[in-house]
Amino acid sequence: MEILFILIGFSLLVALFFLGCFFWSVKTGQYEDRYTPAIRILFDEQNHKIPSSAHLQEEKNYAE
Amino acid sequence: MQSENLRVEKFAYDNKIVRDFSIAMVVWGIVGFLVGLIIAIKLRWPDFLGFIPVLSYGRLRPLHTNAVIFAFAGNAIFVGVYYSLQRLCKARMFSDTLSKIHFWGWQLIIVSAALTLPLGFTSSKEYAELEWPIDIAITLVWVAFGVNMMGTIFKRRERHMYVAIWFYIATFVTVAMLHIVNSLALPVSFLKSYSMYAGVQDALVQWWYGHNAVAFFLTTPFLGIMYYFVPKAANRPVYSYRLSIVHFWSLIFLYIWAGPHHLLYTSLPDWAQSLGTAFSIMLIAPSWGGMINGLLTLRGAWDKVREDPVLKFFVVGITAYGMSTFEGPMMSLKNVNAITHYTDYTIAHVHVGALAWNGGFAFAMLYYIIPRIYRTKLFSIKLANTHFWFATLGILFYAIPMYFAGITQSLMWKEFTPEGILRYPIFLETVTQILPMYALRVVGGTLYLIGALFATWNLIKTAKSGALEADETAEAPALEPFVVTTRGHWHRALEGRPLRFAALALVAVFIGGVVEFVPTAVIKSNIPTIASVKPYSPLEIEGRDLYIAEGCNNCHSQMIRPFRSETERYGEYSKVGEFVYDHPFLWGSKRTGPDLHRIGGKYPDSWHYIHMREPRSTSPGSIMPAYTWMYDSKTDYSHTEGKIMTLQKLGVPYPAGYELKATDDAKAQAAKIAANLEQSGAKVDPDAQIIALIAYMQRLGTDIKAQETAKK
Repeated sequence: MEILFILIGFSLLVALFFLGCFFWSVKTGQYEDRYTPAIRILFDEQNHKIPSSAHLQEEKNYAE
Repeated sequence: MQSENLRVEKFAYDNKIVRDFSIAMVVWGIVGFLVGLIIAIKLRWPDFLGFIPVLSYGRLRPLHTNAVIFAFAGNAIFVGVYYSLQRLCKARMFSDTLSKIHFWGWQLIIVSAALTLPLGFTSSKEYAELEWPIDIAITLVWVAFGVNMMGTIFKRRERHMYVAIWFYIATFVTVAMLHIVNSLALPVSFLKSYSMYAGVQDALVQWWYGHNAVAFFLTTPFLGIMYYFVPKAANRPVYSYRLSIVHFWSLIFLYIWAGPHHLLYTSLPDWAQSLGTAFSIMLIAPSWGGMINGLLTLRGAWDKVREDPVLKFFVVGITAYGMSTFEGPMMSLKNVNAITHYTDYTIAHVHVGALAWNGGFAFAMLYYIIPRIYRTKLFSIKLANTHFWFATLGILFYAIPMYFAGITQSLMWKEFTPEGILRYPIFLETVTQILPMYALRVVGGTLYLIGALFATWNLIKTAKSGALEADETAEAPALEPFVVTTRGHWHRALEGRPLRFAALALVAVFIGGVVEFVPTAVIKSNIPTIASVKPYSPLEIEGRDLYIAEGCNNCHSQMIRPFRSETERYGEYSKVGEFVYDHPFLWGSKRTGPDLHRIGGKYPDSWHYIHMREPRSTSPGSIMPAYTWMYDSKTDYSHTEGKIMTLQKLGVPYPAGYELKATDDAKAQAAKIAANLEQSGAKVDPDAQIIALIAYMQRLGTDIKAQETAKK
C-alpha cells in the first residue's frame, strides 16, 4: 500500500495549497466585508448603454 | 492616490467565447443523451442496433459517460466560467488566444474520445478511460484554461474575489492533480498502456480520482455557477454570503478524503473504508449548507420561480443536489452500501445528480445567457417551460424505476430459502425480474432528450432574433495596489466568530487526517502475498486486454464481497493478494451480469465458446450482447512481447528474457484450447480472439484454488 504515500501526499499538497489560499484571503482582507459583495454582483450591468437587462424585458412580457 | 483611484478604464467582455462553448455544450449534450438512450434500449432489448455488433454496450457506455461528463457538463462549466468570471473580475479574459486554444483543444479531445472509445481503445478506469496520448492533451488544454483563468483573476478590477471564483479555482487545481495521478501509465504502443498501479492500489487511486471527479468536476464548478447565476436570475443577493464562505472552505477540505466509500466490503483495508465513510458523513454539513444557501436566495422571489424557466431549473437542480448529497453519505454507510452497491440504485443516484443538478443548471444558464449576449429576449418562455416539464418528468421516469430495480435485484441476490440455500441461484432470474424497469428508463431518457431538443430549437431561434454582441463594453475603476496598513491586521478579521470557527475546524480536520493516515501508511506494504498467485500467461494477458477493450468490466465485477449470499453464489470471497499483478484492476462497479472473479474452471471452454457467440442459447432471456466478431478477428500478437516487457518494468515477475518466448507460449496455449474445443465439436482458428478471451476467463480466480489443493 505504498500508494497511500502518493495519495496522501498529493491530497495534503492540495490541502496545504488551499490552507495557504485561505490565510492569504484573510490576510488581504477578502472577508472583511461579508455583505456588499453579494449585492455588488447584481449591479454589474448598470453602466451599460442598454437601459434594461434582458431579464427585465422578459418581466415586461409577463405583464403584457 | 485618490485621483488614480477614480481613473475609469474601458474594456470589453468576450461574449464570443461564451457563445462558442454554449454551442459545444448543446451539441455534445444531445450526442451524450442520445448515446445514453441507445445503451438504455440495449439493456432492455440487447439486439437493438445489432447490425453494428461492434457498437456493443461495453464500448458505448464509456462513450456515454465521457460525453455527458466531459463534453456536456465540461463545456457547460466553461460557459459558466467564461461568462461569470469576466463580470466578477470586471476584466476581459486574460488572453483571447488561450481562450481559443482552450475551446478548440477541448473539442478536439472530445472528438478523439468519440473515435477511440467505440473502437475499444480504453484504459478501463471509469471516467478516465481515454488512452495516454489523449490524457496528455487533456493536461495541456486544462493548463491553458487554468492560465487563462488565473491571468484574468490577477488582472481583475474588483478587489474582492466573489465566492464563485474560489469554486472555479478549486476546480482547476484539484482536477489537474487528480487527472495526472490517476492517469499515470506505462505505454505499450500508441493507444495502449498499463496502469502504473496494480490491484488494490490501482482501485484506491481510481476511486480517489473517481469520487473527486464528481466532487471537483460535477460539483464545485456548478456551485460556483449557482452562486453567480441564481442571485442574478432572481435579482436577489445570495441568502448568506458568510455561509457561502464557510461552505466553500469546509467543502474543499472534506471532499478529497471520501473516495474509499466506493470500495466498501472490497479487499481495500478496513480502516481505509471506515475513513471514507466518516468523511462522507461529514460532507453532509457543507453540502447542505450550500443547498440551503441556494434555495433561500429565492426568499421573497418564489413568485418569479412560478414563471421563470431559468429559476425553475435552478430550483429543481438545487433540490436534486440536496437529495444526492444526503443520499451519497447514506450510501457510504457500510450497511446501506451492502444493499445498494453493484446495483441500479447507484445508477439512479448519479442520474438524479447528472440530469437535474448538472443538466438543469447547464440549460438554465443558457436560457439566462443567450438572450443577454444576443441582446434580445428568449424566443419562447412557453417552450422553455415545456422543456422544464419534459426534463423533470424524464428524471422521475428514470430515477424511480432504477431505485426499484436496484433494491429489488439486491434483495433477490441476498434471499435464502428456509433451508439455507439461495432462493434465486440463477443470476439471470434477478435480471429478467427488473427488465420492465429498464423499459421505463427508456421512457425517461426519451423525455429528457426531447426536452433538450426543445431547448436547442428555442436557443437557436433566440440567437436568430438578435445579434451577438461579441465584445460587450464595460467600464470599471482601475485597481490600486493593495497595501497592508497596520500590522496584525488579519487578526482582526479572524476575530469575526464564524471565520475563526471555520479556520479552527479546517485545521482540526487537517490534523485529524494526518494523524489517522500516517501511522498506517508507514507500514511499507500491508498487502498479504499469496504464494500461489502467479502472473498471467501471455495469452491470458491478450485475453485480458480484449476484456478491457470490449468493456466487460462495465457490467461484470471481479470482486466477491465477504457475504454469505455472495460466497454461496460465486465462491470464495476475493482476497487483496489475488490482484497484485492486475494492471489495471478490473473490480468493476456494477453487476448488470454476474461477478466473474471465480468464473475460471466453472464452465468448460465450449460453454464460453457458445455463450459468447449466442448468449441467449446458453442463458435464455440474457441481455448480454453477442460477441460474434471475436470469432473471426485475430488476436494481435504483435505487441505481446512489448506488453510483457512493460509489465516487467511495472514489477510483474516474469523471468528475464521471457518476453522473447511470450508469443510462442501464447500460440501454444491457444492451440491447446482450440484442440480442446475441437474435441467438443467446435472447429475454431487458434488465433481467433475468442480463444484468448476464454484463456483469460478460465484463469480468473483460480490461483487461490491451487493453494487450497496444495494444502490438502
